[in-house]
Amino acid sequence: MSTIQKISRRDFVKIFGLTSTGIILGCNISSDNKNVIPITDGNTFSPNLFIEIHKDGKITLISSRSEMGQGIKTSLTSAIADELEADWSYISVKQAIGHEKYGNQNTDGSRSVRTILEPMRKMGAAAKMMLIAAAAKKWNVSESDCKAENHHIINTKTNEKIFYGDLVELASKVEIPADETIKLKKVADFKYIGKTLKSVDLKDFTHGTAKYGMDIRIPNMKFAAIARCPVTFGTVKSVESSDAEKISGVEKVIQLDRIVPPVGQFFGALGGVAVIANNTWSAFQGKLSLNIEWNYGENQNFDTEKFKDVLTKRVHEKGKLVPGSIGNVAKAFDDATKVIEATYHVPFLVHTPMEVPNATAWFQGDKVEVWAPLQDPQTARAEIAHFFEIPIENITVNVTFLGGGFGRKSKSDFVVESVALSKKINAPVQVVWTREDDVKHSFYHATSVQYLKGSIDKNGSVSGWLQRVAMPSIVSSFKPMSDYASGFELGQGFTNNPYKIENFRLENTKAEANLRIGWMRSVVHIHSGFANNSFVDELAFAAKKDPVQFHLDLIGEDRIIEGKSNHPYDSKRMKNVLNATAKNANWGRKLPENHGIGIAIHYSFYSYVATAVEVSVINNKVKVEHIWITIDCGLVLNKDNVINQLEGAAIFGMSLALFGKITTKEGAVEQHNFFDYQMTRMKDAPKITVEIIDAMNEPPTGVGEPGVPVIAPAICNAIFNATGKRIRQTPLIDQGFDFE
Amino acid sequence: MKANLSINGNEYSIDAPEEIPLLWAIRDIVGLTGTKFGCGVAQCGACSILVDGMLVKSCSMPISFGFGKEIFTIEGTSENLEFLRKAWNEGNVPQCGYCQSGQLMAATALLDQISNPTDQDIEDAMSSNICRCGTYVRIKKAIHEAVALKNN
Ligand code: FES
Ligand code: FES
Repeated sequence: MSTIQKISRRDFVKIFGLTSTGIILGCNISSDNKNVIPITDGNTFSPNLFIEIHKDGKITLISSRSEMGQGIKTSLTSAIADELEADWSYISVKQAIGHEKYGNQNTDGSRSVRTILEPMRKMGAAAKMMLIAAAAKKWNVSESDCKAENHHIINTKTNEKIFYGDLVELASKVEIPADETIKLKKVADFKYIGKTLKSVDLKDFTHGTAKYGMDIRIPNMKFAAIARCPVTFGTVKSVESSDAEKISGVEKVIQLDRIVPPVGQFFGALGGVAVIANNTWSAFQGKLSLNIEWNYGENQNFDTEKFKDVLTKRVHEKGKLVPGSIGNVAKAFDDATKVIEATYHVPFLVHTPMEVPNATAWFQGDKVEVWAPLQDPQTARAEIAHFFEIPIENITVNVTFLGGGFGRKSKSDFVVESVALSKKINAPVQVVWTREDDVKHSFYHATSVQYLKGSIDKNGSVSGWLQRVAMPSIVSSFKPMSDYASGFELGQGFTNNPYKIENFRLENTKAEANLRIGWMRSVVHIHSGFANNSFVDELAFAAKKDPVQFHLDLIGEDRIIEGKSNHPYDSKRMKNVLNATAKNANWGRKLPENHGIGIAIHYSFYSYVATAVEVSVINNKVKVEHIWITIDCGLVLNKDNVINQLEGAAIFGMSLALFGKITTKEGAVEQHNFFDYQMTRMKDAPKITVEIIDAMNEPPTGVGEPGVPVIAPAICNAIFNATGKRIRQTPLIDQGFDFE
Repeated sequence: MKANLSINGNEYSIDAPEEIPLLWAIRDIVGLTGTKFGCGVAQCGACSILVDGMLVKSCSMPISFGFGKEIFTIEGTSENLEFLRKAWNEGNVPQCGYCQSGQLMAATALLDQISNPTDQDIEDAMSSNICRCGTYVRIKKAIHEAVALKNN
């Protein structure tokens, strides 16, 4: 029988720090009595939802955020283990299901460590205090005579020690400490935080035993592929399915209506024609054999080339003034010694995580269970409750490994599809998107066109900066007629660029959405990072100044700008990363023939990043030779993981710079698969040198995304340095360059 | 269609559609899910396996290609694969891990052919495997490391 202990709801809310949301993080809540926490089954001490200490000393830690390659399963739990003074070799990590009891689980925006590191550390520290209290009781000594060390509590007077596993029963009867009594370790005492711990999943990753969404197998499950209208939100007019039904393995063809999300929330699903089969391949084949007539609907004339022309025209006319503009740019331009203008363009992009969108659902009347690679399992759960009218407590959302996410798996449309199909066929079913589906029916990273005009004064400094942005908004996926980039989007590198400019004017320009718009790793920072860094390089060239020195001057004097968050912008840290990068790249050295070097800096997800890229260009054949990248992300949880993330960001940034482009004709996406939506491959991969600034006393900031925005502009600046050819549009493959 | 496949030394008798690619026969019918789907058109290498020692993109080979041959997948073991696994561990190579089955298969095939590959050999052998997470630098290093481990 369980031992039950009473604790006050208020205490828990305080311990785990989420007072305003009313979410109780860290306590098991049974629906009938919110003040009761089952503490033990006699073999396990679980002081909170995230820690289970077993009698054999093994500790299971729960990872509430999704693992998609960013290493969160290892890094966040290592912080719990550190505070708990646990021996890492006893630790295993379990993935949490999607449930509000774990607090917000949305794994997105490079914010997991930033927002829940402290609560996690407190959980570990609280558990440690309870183990100390238990040992003190056992020895009948004061708690102050006990300390925790390496999976044991030690009596500091007698040197007696007792193993964690042996304290399980006693500890489970100890009061949970109040928040104000929980003390966290000092940086100097960290055992795991800031060091390198290898991924807890290495064994599974190297033996093919990690279970991704697509690896879920349930007895009697079916496989499904869905044909969706080539044009966004088009519908089925008629379908002829006899050829599909003849394919061996195909069992059924079902029409699926579009599931329209209510304004303001959710993603819904596109609908189409689903082929149900007893294996994935037959479902794919069946889908290819369908004859469907579509009503293409209102997006059928959408042509990205024409759209680009429209946006380009618009950014050359006055737009809506954005708050945050300062000074008088018109006067700055009048007084300038030099004024330059440039127009930049980034096309639509798509995430293409290595594992395609997929979900397995089992609809059982009043109960639904789902297994899927999800960045935001709670939204998926809420969508199921909403669309299928199932009480939320009857919905279980199991989060599998994600074979990459990059923002695509924040959207739960593929889960909604799987539940809808399972309901229709009354059996468990796995919906698998083909790669072509993924490329053609995504929530795309928006395109942008930007116009910049800047002035150099008589001192060779930037005196004026006018920037007009045209970019379909993410908000359009939630609210029709959202035809301008929203405030939160402009807050990603536009209104808060790292520069100090006396006269700065930002204007917002209309850009309708004719595709589903989503977010992709680094989101709008890809646009701001590209245009800002390209334009600063152009200004530096116009001013005949060295780009590094020019950037340093533009960042300006040391200053701290408070924002709405607890992460003020500190210009000194920005200059630091730039100086470190310049030093690592040996900036200013004589380069080999046909080589060029470029830099870029960016401030995103509260992290400071600078990069230098060296390229060689021979007969328009570009080779990215070396990327130096420096980050200041405050407190570092897992050093090697940060390095791995930045190496990955460099490659991700290269993919979009070299190859990334989604286009449409008559509303339909033209690309198909990796042969026409190409990725960086090993032969293209440069040397990558990563430096992490030691800032362990600063709060942790983002890691997964901030490395991406600097890559494309730094490559383009390097190509300019090598060839004198200015590139204002990505991808390079469309600008007359080649990489073989 | 009744068919027999020999995978990692085990015999599997299955019932499968005639034209089904090896990838889907292995994943959906035999039930070994370590071999991954990434593109279906021989572009990404996620589905790489060895058939009688030859590196093959299983998404683009019909099941019949495997008849009477020895199929080797990430669930199997070989001397080179074990050294590679060790090196992958040491280098903390994977991020999401999804491409790594295919990467390890391609690397195994490489070491089976060339016992001490150069950077160029590695790039040539591994460039048909995409890693969207971008672990290339580590993969290259780990292959060299596997050779070093083996020679020690
Ligand atoms: S799935 Fe076979 S090469 Fe991509
Ligand atoms: S590790 Fe994620 S695709 Fe390679």
